[in-house]
Amino acid sequence: MAVVEDKATHPDSPAKDRFGMTSKRAGGADERLASTGRLTQWLRRPEAGAAGGLAATIIIFAMLPGAANLYSLQGSMTFLTLSAELGIIATAAALLIIAGEFDLSVGSMVGFAGVVIGLTVKYWGLPLWGGIACAFAVAILTGYLNGLIVVKTRLPSFIVTLASLYILRGLSIGITRAVTGRTQIPYILDGAQDPGTAGLFNGHLLTGLFHWMGAQGWIATRSDGIPFVVGMPMSIVWWLGLTALAGYVLTQTKYGNWIFATGGDLNAARNVGVPVDRVKISLFIYTACAATLLATIQVMEAGSADTTRGLLKEFEAIIAAVIGGVLLTGGYGTVYGVLFGALIFGLVQMGIFYTGIDTDWFKVFLGIVILMAVLVNNYIRLKALGRGGGK
Amino acid sequence: MTEPAQHIQPAMELRGVSVNFGSVRALQDIDIKVYPGEVHCLLGDNGAGKSTLIKVLSGVHRPSKGEILVDGKPVTFRSPRDAQDLGVATVFQDLGMISLMSITRNFFLGREPTKSKLPFSRIDKERANAVARQAMADIGIDVRDPTQAVGTLSGGERQSVAIARAVHFGARVLILDEPTSALGVHQAAMVLKFIIEARMRGLAVIFISHNIHHAYPVGDTFTLLNRGRNRGTYAKSDISRDEVISIMSGGEDLKAVEAEIAGLLAQIGNRPSATP
Repeated sequence: MAVVEDKATHPDSPAKDRFGMTSKRAGGADERLASTGRLTQWLRRPEAGAAGGLAATIIIFAMLPGAANLYSLQGSMTFLTLSAELGIIATAAALLIIAGEFDLSVGSMVGFAGVVIGLTVKYWGLPLWGGIACAFAVAILTGYLNGLIVVKTRLPSFIVTLASLYILRGLSIGITRAVTGRTQIPYILDGAQDPGTAGLFNGHLLTGLFHWMGAQGWIATRSDGIPFVVGMPMSIVWWLGLTALAGYVLTQTKYGNWIFATGGDLNAARNVGVPVDRVKISLFIYTACAATLLATIQVMEAGSADTTRGLLKEFEAIIAAVIGGVLLTGGYGTVYGVLFGALIFGLVQMGIFYTGIDTDWFKVFLGIVILMAVLVNNYIRLKALGRGGGK
Repeated sequence: MTEPAQHIQPAMELRGVSVNFGSVRALQDIDIKVYPGEVHCLLGDNGAGKSTLIKVLSGVHRPSKGEILVDGKPVTFRSPRDAQDLGVATVFQDLGMISLMSITRNFFLGREPTKSKLPFSRIDKERANAVARQAMADIGIDVRDPTQAVGTLSGGERQSVAIARAVHFGARVLILDEPTSALGVHQAAMVLKFIIEARMRGLAVIFISHNIHHAYPVGDTFTLLNRGRNRGTYAKSDISRDEVISIMSGGEDLKAVEAEIAGLLAQIGNRPSATP
């Protein structure tokens, strides 16, 4: 590297003088930094690719027919809700991937947690909050076991959680059918009158503001004066809240530093005293809890639990994380990128619906986006390391 | 076998340390004393037991037999972190650096300075950056930007970050595992300067190498390992570079090999012009 050569070859360079002495010069800014402009620095951020992709997606759908409906307040809330539901689990999946592990059991956990709420509330007479607490307890146990098996056996989490995927899905269907004789648990909320707890997951925020905007004629209202969109759905609030929290933890705290280190180089992290096993297990628990949060939201909205819920959600979560600039090999990524990734996902899914494009094409599009995202990520990672490209 | 003429207590000492891996005796009955302000070189060819020894010193492996003393007190390292907490810091060959993380994040990994004691308290980044920069400057490295990824640094710079980190966090015994092996001439020279710098600060430096040309100029004491055994500890004044090379490579063995080669060459009528 150029700087080191300079020190070694120029006899009057400052490095020579400082040998054996303490330098006080180091505090100030370094003039050699000037070459890295703000734009380059921004482009080096891991979420840059996802932000660009989101901008492109927004523009593309704005030019297609049906854009007015897609970008109306109702349309926006619809795709934002889709993004939110994915984003809640994708953020957790992203943290886990950054720490170097996968959890393929996320989707099954969504189904299983829903079943736990349904059965405990409807068949075992627990109050709604009790059922939800049970589901979270099950999630903590599942995440702990996933994590424990991965760190103790050192098997790839891909295989361990693939087993959990089948076990949890099988348990969901088996237990539900054994207890109810069906694979769905409908009318869960009918017997449990607890609007406070339910509202925490399926309510709306800022209803006063939206009502006021409706009264002003700014947003569409029904004939009785109530706006079509009564407020911001709680799923979006949870999504944004958890993303902000995860972003803070990842970039600002000790624990976040440990997450990066655990995924970046396990042995190096362990050697300097990072409790890598605890980091991994705690993230498996967080992922299972995020899946349970999503399950709770879905159960509260639909009023029912379905053993097939969350099918393939584990892959969607990983896709959103990858689109968001998280490196599949671990050690690199941001949750803000995942926010963009989830937005792209929701936007495309609803956009294809609104523009009247055959929804069969959604998966083709998705595949292409994944491929592009991985290529862009790889390029950005090399940039971050100061290498031009290639290997 | 000569002991260095020092009457102060060794900073670190191994007494009769053996390590067995199943039926393989990786180390047998090793005695080593390392004093403050001394560069103690551990030299040996491939397979001599250097890597195993470094893992014992740094707390990765526990000895099957024998004891480790730090400042005269017997200790047991359960992990490298235990060793670090007692002031024994190791810079491994892979440096323990995470390339995609910044210099500062690497520097403070595992010891992040937080603004309060709360569980999810914010890392004090301004202070961390300033301290990392200053600690690097203290051993003579000018960091352009402490937030740049370690992967953007050259091998020598990475090595120096690792050394600066160990020195900053109060290492009294600094163990360097082949710090110059992957480096070019200039960068190796830079790292050798840091070793002298650390020694001048009163650290006990254990310098593991198979390169006598890097070890000899900075070393005060030389312990020669061969096939898992200590072949002697010598002060610099008692041993020449060539003698070190001779013992390292198994002395007599090498002479036998040389004789054999000379014989072969004589047979085909092509005598070597000079025998070392």
